[in-house]
Amino acid sequence: MTPLQRVQEKFQSQIVETHAFRGDETVVVRPGALREIAKFLKEDPQMDFNYLMDLTAVDYLFFAGGRIQKEPRFEVVYHFYSLTHNHRLRVKVPVDEKDPQVDTLTDLWASANWYEREVWDMYGIRFKGHPNLKRILMYEEFKGHALRKDYPFNKRQPLIGPVY
Amino acid sequence: MLLNVGPSHPAMHGVIRLIMELEGEKIHNVEVEIGYLHRAFEKMCETVTYTQCFPYTDRLNYVSPLINNVGFAMTVEKLLGIDIPERAKYIRVLMSEISRVTDHLTCIGASAMELGAMSAFLYMIKAREFLYELVEEITGARLTISYVRIGGVKADLTAGFADRAFQKIADVRKVLIETDELLTHNRIFFDRMKGTGKISAQDAVSHGITGPFLRGSGVAYDVRKANPYLIYDRLDFEVPTGTDGDNLDRYFVRMAEMEQSLRMIEQCLQQIPDGPIAGDLTGEVITAAHMVDSAKMGETEGLLQDQVDLDPTLQGSTRKYSQGINTDRKDVALPPKEETYGNIEGLMNHFKLVMYGHGIHPPVGEAYVPVEGANGELGFYIVSDGRDHPWRVRVHPPCFPIMSALPKLLAGDMMADLIPTFGSVNMIAGELDR
Repeated sequence: MTPLQRVQEKFQSQIVETHAFRGDETVVVRPGALREIAKFLKEDPQMDFNYLMDLTAVDYLFFAGGRIQKEPRFEVVYHFYSLTHNHRLRVKVPVDEKDPQVDTLTDLWASANWYEREVWDMYGIRFKGHPNLKRILMYEEFKGHALRKDYPFNKRQPLIGPVY
Repeated sequence: MLLNVGPSHPAMHGVIRLIMELEGEKIHNVEVEIGYLHRAFEKMCETVTYTQCFPYTDRLNYVSPLINNVGFAMTVEKLLGIDIPERAKYIRVLMSEISRVTDHLTCIGASAMELGAMSAFLYMIKAREFLYELVEEITGARLTISYVRIGGVKADLTAGFADRAFQKIADVRKVLIETDELLTHNRIFFDRMKGTGKISAQDAVSHGITGPFLRGSGVAYDVRKANPYLIYDRLDFEVPTGTDGDNLDRYFVRMAEMEQSLRMIEQCLQQIPDGPIAGDLTGEVITAAHMVDSAKMGETEGLLQDQVDLDPTLQGSTRKYSQGINTDRKDVALPPKEETYGNIEGLMNHFKLVMYGHGIHPPVGEAYVPVEGANGELGFYIVSDGRDHPWRVRVHPPCFPIMSALPKLLAGDMMADLIPTFGSVNMIAGELDR
């Protein structure tokens, strides 16, 4: 049984959708169930996802030039990897634009700490329970969140020097 | 006492700021501040086409840029669902392994230099130079190579490359023996590396650390073995591991890995399927301008058999080579230059791929591909919206998790231990800050 099937079986009601595009098993879960599912992924001996390999977010504002409607606006994407079973799973959590907030996973995987800070920095998604949620790549005075689709790529916010 | 190191400090290769809480000479706690080299890689990739992302990927880990190229290309190929020719796979592996050796040489050389072993550094940079010469011969550049293409590679190997490569490998091996003697049997180097910057396997896994850094702690995780990509499953190599997870173990792991990489290069050169398929190349060699003019004037007799004499920057991409190193999907790979210059279909094909708004269109979807970078698992996660620009490009930089574990590595050590520990982290600001 693949990890995806096991998650599907156990958390039937908490799953929004699943797919395995090009072999990448993906499960989209409800925000409220994230911690419960993450705990299961980490602690269940048949899952044993001891790596939170990557954590990022995607902004679907005007996705495909507005041709494809994606609601809600954000998705937080987790890539898990298991050293013991050598399998991978992608978990996605839809996040609403009005109150962009997800539960933190810092107590389960230490790697979540910096990744969550980066997602906060770039997307303005808060992680409830994060011990030190502050900007990581940008400076504290930076206004806005740079990887959001409504942040122009050529906007300048110099800290020092002439202001255009 | 609070001590500030960086962002610009001679012992910090790369810009990073460490705020250290000291108790006497002992490090109590460290706060790591990164982001000084943030160049908005992910944002910029969203504004250009898939092919135009390659120059940006060069600048992630600039010590082994070929591996970044390969990782990005493989992710787009996964989105497209295409396979590439055998020869291109071998070339990619070959170039990746050369890059891995240059990366490890730089890492060990630089950390040795920071500990005062200047000659070891010079020897290692000399060896790196041998390998850069090989890279330069194939890609035309040393650092910002932009060599890999979606569906293949830019240019084929040059004639007689294998012989020169074997010679360079022998030279590099000699340097490795020299530096091994200089460093491993050096009491000062040994004592400063031994027992410093320790991390347990469990902590390393929890922090998401991969690569030589993890293997130093005794976990034999290597993407090339765990999820073999390209042709790594056909190569015979070992995954060296350490036991203690200290700086010395990581040094040994890197030294052993270089030898394994050199072995892999040799195997690639032996196994690689034969190159240029001569095909119907019976015509004469003419210049590009001549070919374009003849085609325009309708003087097409025998033109399909002619070979074009290209500008050096385009060498290795003529018809003779193109088939062996690029996918035959016309919506992905550029046609050989003879087609572009010599007939209208080739010209249209070329422009359909390079014009704004045209280009490569992967289907709507997402893909994540991990490759073994020099510092660990380098992953690209790309979301496509069906247009010619990526919707989202995320790179999982291998030294990001290692840097997040830096406070744990340093706490409890002496201040002077910062230097070897930071050296073995092999922080590359380009991929850390992106």
